[in-house]
Amino acid sequence: MRIATAKETYAADEALFDTAVQRVWFAILLAALALFPFLADQYWLFLAGLAAINVISVTGLNILTGYTGLVSLGQAAFMGVGAYTVAVMEARLGTPVLLNLLGGGLVAAGVGMVFGLPSLRVKGLYLAIATIAASFILHFVFANWTSVTRGVSGINVPPAAFFGMALDTPFKLYWLIMPITVLLLLGAANLFRTRVGRAFIAVRDRDISAEVLGIPLLRTKLTSFALASFYAGVAGGLWAYFFRVVTPESFPLLLSIFLLAAIIVGGMGTILGGILGAVFMTLVPEFLKLLVGFVTPVWPDAAVHLSPVRTVVFGAMIVGFLIFEPQGLAEMWRRTRRFFHLWPFKT
Amino acid sequence: MEMDWLLLAEVSLAGLGTGGLYALTALAFVIIYKATRVVNLAIGEILMLGAYAFFGLAAGWALPWWVAALGALAVAGVFGAVVERTIIRPMLGESPISVFMVTVGLGSMLVGVVELIWTADPHRLPEFMPNTPILIGDAFLAPKIGYGFMVAAAVIAVFVLLFRFWRGGVALRATASDQAAAYSVGINVPGVFSLAWIVACMVAAGAGILVGSIGGISSTMGVFGLSVLVVVIVGGLDSVPGALVAGLLVGLVEALAGAYLGGEFKLLATFSLLVAVLMVHPYGLFGTREIERL
Repeated sequence: MRIATAKETYAADEALFDTAVQRVWFAILLAALALFPFLADQYWLFLAGLAAINVISVTGLNILTGYTGLVSLGQAAFMGVGAYTVAVMEARLGTPVLLNLLGGGLVAAGVGMVFGLPSLRVKGLYLAIATIAASFILHFVFANWTSVTRGVSGINVPPAAFFGMALDTPFKLYWLIMPITVLLLLGAANLFRTRVGRAFIAVRDRDISAEVLGIPLLRTKLTSFALASFYAGVAGGLWAYFFRVVTPESFPLLLSIFLLAAIIVGGMGTILGGILGAVFMTLVPEFLKLLVGFVTPVWPDAAVHLSPVRTVVFGAMIVGFLIFEPQGLAEMWRRTRRFFHLWPFKT
Repeated sequence: MEMDWLLLAEVSLAGLGTGGLYALTALAFVIIYKATRVVNLAIGEILMLGAYAFFGLAAGWALPWWVAALGALAVAGVFGAVVERTIIRPMLGESPISVFMVTVGLGSMLVGVVELIWTADPHRLPEFMPNTPILIGDAFLAPKIGYGFMVAAAVIAVFVLLFRFWRGGVALRATASDQAAAYSVGINVPGVFSLAWIVACMVAAGAGILVGSIGGISSTMGVFGLSVLVVVIVGGLDSVPGALVAGLLVGLVEALAGAYLGGEFKLLATFSLLVAVLMVHPYGLFGTREIERL
């Protein structure tokens, strides 16, 4: 049972990790993340890298959709902007990795703000559909601005170089991706302890009331779009280094739906939800692959049906979570925690 | 460059023909939106379900085409009733984002189920429409598109009359304008919800049979739903006339962009139109402007 967590100051109550136990667990988590690459094989390192990239992008979308209440189906396209920026900077200019990633994030943020402009006039579903338009318009640009993007054949990205060392294996890339992920997540978590982040939440809960309270809607919404797209851009940049080739087909509308689904499955409007959702949604297809391996002796056709089954499971997860657990995995986690906090008493 | 008027006329006719099918599918979308305030992103996939049900009955069971068509409509109607009762009704009152995502998940499930049963390969629907080319003046119109348009126009006309005069249509309009008032005059509002889903799914399935008979069917034909989404936004989500006008407009714009700029410009043109309309007229051409009260 959790006792003696009384706070003396407001700041202590608002801290990101408010008990010693939480700080210890966070340290253990960081240590586990640092140890993971030495224990895992290539396959798990690959999955970890992919999951981390998805976590960044989903967290960005969570800032926009979960915290500011602006639904976006353009997140994948903004990832594409970041990926292309990084690919061009790396392949043509040869600038350092961290600068490329920053550039990818900033360009994506700029593009995101442009496509966020309709949010001033329309909201809710109209906005969601306007962002689908962003997705198609950007896809068209990727495919047809051949002098920069090399059209449908795409750009091959040289491996990221860090102090002369080529980061060309999942093991080496892990040390680039994971620290950036942790840093961006801490940034996002801290954002909602600041005025800017709280303004986002106020706009989500009731934009008219927020405006009455003196929050400039225009600036707040565009800031949210810019931040979300920045995260998407960095994730896209890492994606470019991870897969080493960027084509217009790399960032379809389906990926945007996947990212939005990850927020719903994880839990809207919580940082933890974004992390859980992204990791869970990345691992489910792999789990299905594993399952196919088990049932193949009994059902030889299982492998053929893997792709449709994956599509069905993807849809069923969205529907199932929305109906039965609308607060997502994060709420299940909170329930578990509450049980241990109150144990041995009943909740 | 000299203008080729005949080509322009033919392209425009083909565009308007496709536009008729957009209008029909948009009608299904608007029926659901008006009654239940659900933005149904699965409309393209329900259209696909109708086309595949027709394919299964006509090609698989070798039924005559009109029996198969009626069967496909029945399948879609039952599907609509089940979905409304089990998935949509529990979600009523939830945030619009959640309801909208539920339909996205539903669409994904439909695609997966269709691929499980019929594989992802494209198929051709059995021929059932007359094959003689249609000539309007000198302009040639592909017969399938022409007859598809005529069927779509007839169905739309029937529905406009039903909305106006049939008790169910009046109940639907009453529910759309004020739910509480509709309850208080004795309208069975949950019944109207079910009715709207059943009818809309049947309309979408009918559109699916027409679309499939023109271009063949595949598990990716739900993409048709994206253009329909543009149509309903341009026309205004809750407006039947808007859906009709915007359907023809989007079909025309798409055909012209495809013919004069190239196939890759089709989606760009329609979505640019969408953004332009959203910026200038956020609630579409004929949509009801929502007034927010605190």
